[in-house]
Amino acid sequence: MLLGFILKRIIQLLPLLFAVSIIIFTVIQLPPGDYLTTYIQALELSGIEVDAAMVQTLTREYGLDRPAHEQYFIWMRNILFEGDFGRSFQWNQPVTEVIGERLMMTIIISFVSLIVVWVIAIPIGIYSAIRQHSLFDYVFSFIGFIGMTVPGFLIALVSIYLIFVTTGVAFTGLFSTEFIGAPWSWAKFIDMLPRAGLAIFIIGMAGTAGLIRQMRALMLDELRKQYVVTARAKGVAENKLILKYPVRIAINPMISTIGWLLPSLISGEALVSIILNLPTMGPLMLRSLLAQDMFLAGSFLLIVSVLTVVGTLISDILLTVVDPRIRFGGVAS
Amino acid sequence: MGLLNKITKKTSKGISNIDHSREAYEVASQWQLMWWKFRKHKLAIIAGIVLGILYILAIFCEFFAPYTPLHRFPDHKDSPPANVRFFDAEGNFSIRPFIYDVELEVDPVSFRRIFTENTESKHYIYFFVEGEPYTFWGLFETNIHFFGTKSADVPIFILGGDFLGRDLFSRILYGSRISLSFGFVSVFFVLLFGSLLGGLAGYLGGTTDTIIQRVIDVLISIPTIPLWMALAAALPRDWPTLNIYLGMVFIMSLLGWTTLARIVRGKLLSLREEDFTMAARLCGATHFRIIFKHLIPSFASFLIVNVTLAIPATILGETALSFLGLGLQPPTVSWGVLLRDAQRIETLAHQPWLLWPAVFVVLTVLGFNFLGDGLRDAADPYK
Repeated sequence: MLLGFILKRIIQLLPLLFAVSIIIFTVIQLPPGDYLTTYIQALELSGIEVDAAMVQTLTREYGLDRPAHEQYFIWMRNILFEGDFGRSFQWNQPVTEVIGERLMMTIIISFVSLIVVWVIAIPIGIYSAIRQHSLFDYVFSFIGFIGMTVPGFLIALVSIYLIFVTTGVAFTGLFSTEFIGAPWSWAKFIDMLPRAGLAIFIIGMAGTAGLIRQMRALMLDELRKQYVVTARAKGVAENKLILKYPVRIAINPMISTIGWLLPSLISGEALVSIILNLPTMGPLMLRSLLAQDMFLAGSFLLIVSVLTVVGTLISDILLTVVDPRIRFGGVAS
Repeated sequence: MGLLNKITKKTSKGISNIDHSREAYEVASQWQLMWWKFRKHKLAIIAGIVLGILYILAIFCEFFAPYTPLHRFPDHKDSPPANVRFFDAEGNFSIRPFIYDVELEVDPVSFRRIFTENTESKHYIYFFVEGEPYTFWGLFETNIHFFGTKSADVPIFILGGDFLGRDLFSRILYGSRISLSFGFVSVFFVLLFGSLLGGLAGYLGGTTDTIIQRVIDVLISIPTIPLWMALAAALPRDWPTLNIYLGMVFIMSLLGWTTLARIVRGKLLSLREEDFTMAARLCGATHFRIIFKHLIPSFASFLIVNVTLAIPATILGETALSFLGLGLQPPTVSWGVLLRDAQRIETLAHQPWLLWPAVFVVLTVLGFNFLGDGLRDAADPYK
């Protein structure tokens, strides 16, 4: 039953992924001229001799002399069957090697942000709903409003300025200068924590604010329902009552928020990490776009989109597991 | 007796009062009720006023800006915001505000540039002062500025100067013309695409609905900002400003219509079952006419709310892209382009006033959100 559901969802996702990959390929093909020419020009400008044989190999390997739709199929075939995302002309390395560690960082930071958003937002949302119109509720509604409206990149800009002015430490990058390039150690990890914490805080801010609002609204709906009144009338302790009944129901739709939370976190991460200069995909993406290093930029977009789609799939599956109404073939309300 | 009379008088007055307002409430049009409800939302009113001021400053930026955005004062590079004073160094009061000219010194040890006020050189601030000539709206030439000093070589930088000695305040005002208009222009297209496609999906249903829904699914599964970045990077760098501007409008509306389309679709799905739709259909009205004449007006207020909330998103999009160097390019000024100067932490530490454009961005975004919140409450006045 569950397995069948998962299979069905995956099959539904395939055309979606196909369409996404076509859009991305079109986007990276948009700039005028092909990027190999741009690359060769750039090399010649900086006085580097271009090896004609290498150019030919590259052209043939990626079908750069063929029509666009064939190039697309070559690109896709290389990715799917050989795990080859193409070559970064800017770094003169395969894209997979350039992306590798940075992709890992992006996934870790986005994932941790997601967890942090949930851990912070859900209790606050519940508490705000129980104590509606209290000072706590107003304070968090206000903070939430600011967090939702003021964009992360401006918060990042202002916070690195404030930190620099008050402490004299430039909070850019994920590590202090002495740890850059050093092997992983306990000290390096400790050094990373405040920096990573700031990044995660800023990235998660908008999502947290949105989630608090949603959780609060859902809880308010549930709290007014009959079964809560009944339970209270029967003398169930208030804390137990809240956690056992309305929270359990209100938390289900929260799982489906991954669908919008994950893309927005990854989006926000790209922008914030450029400003904080984190070793993630964001700064790399920007540089590759400015240099028209299109295989790199395209691969980044593709990977990030696939991650988003997979994240949504996982949230769907989780929802099915958690919510018996869906599990037993009913409809989600 | 007298007392009783008084009481009855009072109560009857109270009743007639209620009757009065009740009557007014019952005959009031929907839009009037909305306005009454909106008026109660103090924060939204304030936001509306702030936005109004910002837009007036943007529309008449040539007049309100003391200088043109590219005018350089070579002696005032990185000059901090001017100290507008009413008391001079001797403690004398002057009703007309004035500034002291600043003098640049370079610290012999750290090579830091230090500006000190020269209390000998006092320059009064005048309103409607003659300054740099400009062509107002491209229509006629004039040289009247809202405020300024009368000496051409002593600038008044109320928000400081940038690294080329240009007035940040003037640049922000000129930039606001681009950034603020961007919000409206893109939202117009978002509204057009969103209501058209959402309308078709919701009204026609069936295959059309499925196709449009799938397109939305595809578009929202690609993270917005990276896709914006890639699309903006595809705009040729050597394009004239107007083309890049329109190109970015296109990018924003291409990806922004999905939210609105979903809302329109949802609304139409319920409205198309209503009797008045059926009546129109029986009278032989075309689909297009039913959607735009009958259905959309019936939830116009919801559209207005959503449009208000969509404007800040597009303004932020422009700001972010220009800030990253993917959007508008200098010498064009927009808030994002201005913020590029504030990118380096070393610059920021010495010239924190370069963050002023961010204040304007935040003010605008908060303004639109509060306004939208107020409108949302007002949109359903019968609640």
